[in-house]
Amino acid sequence: MENLLDGWGLTVATFSPMVGVAVMLLIPGAQEHRHKMVALVTSLWVALVAVLLLIEFDIGHTDRLQFAVDKVWIDVISSHYSLGIDGISLPLILLTVLIVPLCIIYSWNHFPEPHNPKAFLILILVLETGMVGTFVAQDLVLFFVFFELVLLPMFFMIAVWGGPNRRYASLKFFLFTLFGSALMLVSFLALFFLTGAESFVFADLADAVASHGVSRTAQLWIFGGMLLGFGIKVPMFPFHTWLPDAHTEAPTVGSVILAAVLLKLGTYGFIRIAIPILPEAAVEWAPWIGLLAVIGIIYGALGCLAQTDMKRLIAFSSVAHMGFVMLGIATLTDFGINAAVMGMVAHGLITGMLFFLAGSMKERYHTLEISRLGGLLVQAPRMGWIFGLCIMASLGLPGLAGFWGEFPAILSAYSPANGVPVETFRIYMVIAALGTVLAAGYLLWLLQRAAFGTPSDEFADDPNITDTTRDEWIAWVPMLVLIVAIGVYPNLVFRLSDGAVDASLHQCLKVDASELTAAQVEALGCADVYKISVGTSAGHAVVGG
Amino acid sequence: MSVELLTLAFERPPIDWHAFAPEITLLCAGALITLVDIVFLEKARPYTAALAGLGVLATLIPILTLALDGADRTMFGGAYVVDDFALITKAIFLLSGYVVILLSTNYVAEGDYWENEYYGLLLASLMGMVMMASSRDLISIFVALELLSIPAYLMVAWRKRDLRSNEAGLKYYLMGVFASAVMLYGMSLLFGVAGSTQLTHIADALVDAGPSVAVITMGIVFVVAGFAFKVSAAPFHTWAPDVYVGAPTPVTAFLAVASKAAGFVALLQLIYVGFYSRPEVFEPLIWILAAVSMTVGNLIALRQTNLVRLMAYSGVAQTGFIIAPLAVAGHSGAIGDQALSAVLTYLAVYAAMNLGAFAVIITLARRSGSAEIESFSGAFHYAPAMTVAMTIFFGSLAGIPPLGGWFAKFEVFRVLATAGEPWGYALAVIAAVNAVIALYYYAAVLLKMWAEDAPEGDHRPVPFTPSLTSALVICGGVTLLFGVVPQVVARFTDVSLLALGG
Repeated sequence: MENLLDGWGLTVATFSPMVGVAVMLLIPGAQEHRHKMVALVTSLWVALVAVLLLIEFDIGHTDRLQFAVDKVWIDVISSHYSLGIDGISLPLILLTVLIVPLCIIYSWNHFPEPHNPKAFLILILVLETGMVGTFVAQDLVLFFVFFELVLLPMFFMIAVWGGPNRRYASLKFFLFTLFGSALMLVSFLALFFLTGAESFVFADLADAVASHGVSRTAQLWIFGGMLLGFGIKVPMFPFHTWLPDAHTEAPTVGSVILAAVLLKLGTYGFIRIAIPILPEAAVEWAPWIGLLAVIGIIYGALGCLAQTDMKRLIAFSSVAHMGFVMLGIATLTDFGINAAVMGMVAHGLITGMLFFLAGSMKERYHTLEISRLGGLLVQAPRMGWIFGLCIMASLGLPGLAGFWGEFPAILSAYSPANGVPVETFRIYMVIAALGTVLAAGYLLWLLQRAAFGTPSDEFADDPNITDTTRDEWIAWVPMLVLIVAIGVYPNLVFRLSDGAVDASLHQCLKVDASELTAAQVEALGCADVYKISVGTSAGHAVVGG
Repeated sequence: MSVELLTLAFERPPIDWHAFAPEITLLCAGALITLVDIVFLEKARPYTAALAGLGVLATLIPILTLALDGADRTMFGGAYVVDDFALITKAIFLLSGYVVILLSTNYVAEGDYWENEYYGLLLASLMGMVMMASSRDLISIFVALELLSIPAYLMVAWRKRDLRSNEAGLKYYLMGVFASAVMLYGMSLLFGVAGSTQLTHIADALVDAGPSVAVITMGIVFVVAGFAFKVSAAPFHTWAPDVYVGAPTPVTAFLAVASKAAGFVALLQLIYVGFYSRPEVFEPLIWILAAVSMTVGNLIALRQTNLVRLMAYSGVAQTGFIIAPLAVAGHSGAIGDQALSAVLTYLAVYAAMNLGAFAVIITLARRSGSAEIESFSGAFHYAPAMTVAMTIFFGSLAGIPPLGGWFAKFEVFRVLATAGEPWGYALAVIAAVNAVIALYYYAAVLLKMWAEDAPEGDHRPVPFTPSLTSALVICGGVTLLFGVVPQVVARFTDVSLLALGG
């Protein structure tokens, strides 16, 4: 069993959805029930494999790549079929394999127009392969292939099953992402050739950068290319404009997957690829990433205050929340990046839930115009309470998951890593803290307008407006339980991610210079780049690293 | 001694029959079609296409045996060479030719055109391509080029009573002859320098001639420009859109894939065997052709309303991608080899995905009778399989993993980056930006097919035919295979021409 998982576990988890797709292709489209069953069983099977992986996962060595596979894939370009998971990828994989079956259950009886469950479910399964693949890939080329694989299904999901403005939104989504990834590919290649690495495997590239020494300018350019590619996917201000459109037009399930998993591909890229491989360039770029992150926080929040459509509001809140994640990443500290991983999981669960709720409300009210809503707590009390809980989680109430993403990210900005300007990040910290106030503002205001009060005359006697249905309960309960569980016991995530994050950071980023002698600083050999001198402390002790 | 010379002069040059077996098989197939038609007249019509297809497939057998044999065979003092490069390109030509026959079967039969002549000409043109792959001499290159072009002129004008088809034929003919003339002029200049038509001799003469001889530069520029017409590289692409629209669609597919590939093969041989010592001449030339082709092709493609016209401009842009690696090919021998395999890889993938796209267009246009993009709207509702197929082919043309095109584009980027020159990086960035522009028009067509309603709610199903279906299956399978296991194509295209030339 263990051996089987070791060699094949990740491959099975990644490609099982494609087997499901192959089976579904053979079944005629008219047999809808059979399609739903095949898709559900496939996604549950993937979830089961992931749970088995979790059970077998050696929690004592989260920094080590486990279940690793390394086979030559494309010999001519020295690309490997290299898979493996550590404590950073595991939570995200679990999130993915949880969300997909829930989405299938949620859409069981109400597929959006133009219906066609066969095609819709096939796209979801293809998406699953792409998402899981991105999180397990340990080779740049393989990573790129999976990263791109999610594009087409999401494009069609928005374009075919989306809202009235779907053509514009889907094309915008597609072009933005592809533009980023085209430049990202060029920087991947430049990285490979300038370092003369043995292969595209992450570890080889990191070694090659460390030992061969790529020129500083080249590193900065390469990091810049990755910043564009990953930053558009996150999305960071000012590349975020595709997100509100895509979210507003996408069908409910599409929005959920987009928010819960797809956005994480970008932040994951930073944590997994950009920072470990190019730490020196990361230090240079960190203030700018931090700046864009806090602009995103404030801009997203102000954007939320101005929205009249509930779905669009949640989309803008994503921009703000991903700003917190990026701020945590920009500190380049163990603490900040752990906060980012937590933020990714929390945002996936909470914003995913909010989009589910938005979809269910749209189905009942046929509109998400906030000014026309109201009185949800009266008409559908259970749904109203769930909505309230998610709003509280989203604004970062302690005891719910959102808190553990936001608060540590802000705190980590107090003492960024060696070489990152401390004063700048303390200013960012203050601004980000203000952002949480704004977040509370727009979220509570949304709750007040949509859920409190009495129903407007328009909907007062609408028989359409019912409380939470069975399908909705099945889809939502696991997510709600996790939001609370992680909120109460955040170590569920931190225990997995901490070791891996720590190992992914260059030692010069985290060394505490105040305890070193001059000789020891000299021995590090990186004092210049990371501005380490005897007796100074970048403030690590403050956070108690 | 003198007696020996005399007897030698009267002896026919030694011929390696095994090396010639593909050409002879193809010739026999063409002759057989003509004979069958003369003997059986109308009764033979239903079988002509099958005969032609079998002939092409039979030609692959000697190519296989030659590949297994593995030895390089040189004939006529180096003018005709059968090596790995020749074999792999011949295989690409023949397989694309076979798919074109599959595409033509119903089109020609339903249009009540002259089947025997059509397939005869198609095989003749293929014959020119197969010869082109082995030609390492200006004269044999030129003969092969005319042999592949002249039947193509006729086939473009095949819809005899259609004005557009006639216009296309005439336009293609005039442009083609003009290009041949330019090229011949360039060849005459090179012959003047080298005193020989053989590419290896020209290569030696170019090395001996010293750094700056204007005649050599002019010769190279003219020859390359002549082939730029053939491969429809901007600014020599103006014939392509009109000819593509006017020609019968299977012939368009043939021109867009096989005929274009033949132009590239000739270009590769000329550059690698002949001009390799002059990177300062051909590199900037190719750089400009590549950058201009990508940009012009993509920008004009954005505004097209006819799908075949769009394919013409997308073809111009793809040409830019295909030749881009040659812009750094002279950097060093290793990069030259990589550039060669990048071009061949792209050609192989391009053949599969482009023929596939044309197969979908032909199938869907059989129903609506129109190639306007509007008439493809809502295809997802009445032809979901076709829509998925088109998504695979267009996605591949746009270079989205895991469809074959991504690996081809990846190889181009890789070679440009490996050279490590600012010019290479600049071209890579231009290519990256163009890849995104191209995505817009590919995605716009796909959006119409997936997301819109069929015009006038017309949901009749699409009539499938066995030959079109098999063409789709072949192209789709190859496109996916190359994307998921690129090693397959990379293994075959890992060949070199430099061992011969320099």
